[in-house]
Amino acid sequence: MTPFKYVAPRSEEEALQALAEPFAVAVAGGTNLLDLMKENVARPATLVDVNTLGHLGLDRIERLPDGGLSLGALARNSDTAHHPLVRQAYPLLSAAILAGASPQLRNMATNGGNLLQRTRCYYFYDTETPCNKRQPGTGCPARTGLARIHAVLGASQACVATHPSDMCVALAALEAVVHVASVRGRRQIAMAEFHRLPGDTPQIDTALAADELITHITLPPAPPGPGWHASYLKLRERASYAFAMVSVAVLLQVEGGTVRAARIALGGVAHKPWRDPAAEALLLGHAPATEHFEAAADLLMRDAVATGGPAPGSNAFKIPMARRAIVRALEMAQQGVLTNTGELAQ
Amino acid sequence: MERALHPLESDRLPPSASIAPDSPTALPIDLVVNGKVLAIRVEPWTTLLDLLRDRLLLTGSKKGCDHGQCGACTVLVDGRRIIACLTLAVMRSGCEITTVEGLAGLAEGDAMPPAAIPDAASDAAADSATNAAPALHPLQQAFIEHDAFQCGYCTPGQLCSAVGLMTEGHLGEAQDLDAGIREGMSGNVCRCGAYPQILRAVRQVVLHRARPPAGHAADGNERAAA
Repeated sequence: MTPFKYVAPRSEEEALQALAEPFAVAVAGGTNLLDLMKENVARPATLVDVNTLGHLGLDRIERLPDGGLSLGALARNSDTAHHPLVRQAYPLLSAAILAGASPQLRNMATNGGNLLQRTRCYYFYDTETPCNKRQPGTGCPARTGLARIHAVLGASQACVATHPSDMCVALAALEAVVHVASVRGRRQIAMAEFHRLPGDTPQIDTALAADELITHITLPPAPPGPGWHASYLKLRERASYAFAMVSVAVLLQVEGGTVRAARIALGGVAHKPWRDPAAEALLLGHAPATEHFEAAADLLMRDAVATGGPAPGSNAFKIPMARRAIVRALEMAQQGVLTNTGELAQ
Repeated sequence: MERALHPLESDRLPPSASIAPDSPTALPIDLVVNGKVLAIRVEPWTTLLDLLRDRLLLTGSKKGCDHGQCGACTVLVDGRRIIACLTLAVMRSGCEITTVEGLAGLAEGDAMPPAAIPDAASDAAADSATNAAPALHPLQQAFIEHDAFQCGYCTPGQLCSAVGLMTEGHLGEAQDLDAGIREGMSGNVCRCGAYPQILRAVRQVVLHRARPPAGHAADGNERAAA
């Protein structure tokens, strides 16, 4: 770790002022930032400990006047997943959070931090290798090397990294809104716009400015009434405690034997949780049957491109795997099966 | 806008940096560690794990990977299990830390006597009544009874993690108790492969705690009330 200055602001105003300084970075759970600092991938001059803001209310999970839910950025992932308001109205979010990391890490990690975690690309993490995300212009070794955990959708010549979060895939399906603050004011960022595609600037992961702090994440009101089903399917090389090769979050509303609404978000396949409204629209007005699920899956994966070198580097396996996973997740939702990750009772 | 990186001054900290309390960059913190109140100065970059091991000489918690991936450094902070290698000591000022060295002091109401361990028994016999070593935590006793460790390296983390798991109280939500324990302990890796025995040890203690009051039949397969 590179030596740094540590500040512990006692108010949101103090925190925002501290973050407005150059090379200052917020730390909450620290489960990704401190790891990156140990690898010298991240070398902030100042660490701004925002955990105090949690005690001042940024860790609250509370119902909103419109019936939606506000998740404090400083709330721990485990507390969020197990919160009665989340379990009852947004079981998809619970399932996704509990599918990720380990119990100890979930006790430390915060909601804001989960959004801001960085890719686990091996080359990004290894300061001895080129990486356009870590050092723009040096190249992307993953494209011709080991790319098992890398993207098949939305990638660029510059970068094929994936966003590793499970929680974010659920937040994308739920169309969450990210609320941020800085000394310059407050604004909201739709989940779909929060994470970026790599394009020519893979060093920029999100729409968050360097001086901005996530304060809370809001969810629209949970769909009322019967007929709504959710599922989170996570495929990984171990039964637990591993990142997704492919994950799928589904929200499905079936009424009178017909699909009225559908959301499908993919994890582990792109620089951000992946949604395609056209694929979702394919399901509307039809019976929730496998043939329609397969059509949606085909459309979602139509532009998928494998990357990586010769086996075992190539991630070509992800494309048929993702196609099957989308169909499986839709079937799970239709059958009322919440998750394959075993943590929660079905 | 990208979060800028500080120009690199030095890749490596001097080896003693984590235990340099007189350094001008050290900050004062207060901790309670295994019941003992401490007021110390630490560098901001000192992890809780390094503080426990290098400064406080509580070497029970292990540095298995130093990257939050193995769970060997699991300790309890304010009763909650966390990964000590990814925590800065300065960020935990004001907290109560329990390491494996402090487990025997917990749960004394249902702690078991150390009679099963010859050395502990002889130590206990040698001590005066006022200096008797505390009885083992039920989980420690169960780990011994079920042969739940071989090299012992992951064991302190397994024990602290299991205590945390039981405190969290979500085992009743799992599909079945064994699946819940396996998933709940999945953050602790064991290279010796003692997982089946660890599962049995944790299950025994969970069921013992969930046992109905005397006079009612106990079903060994009952789901945990945790």
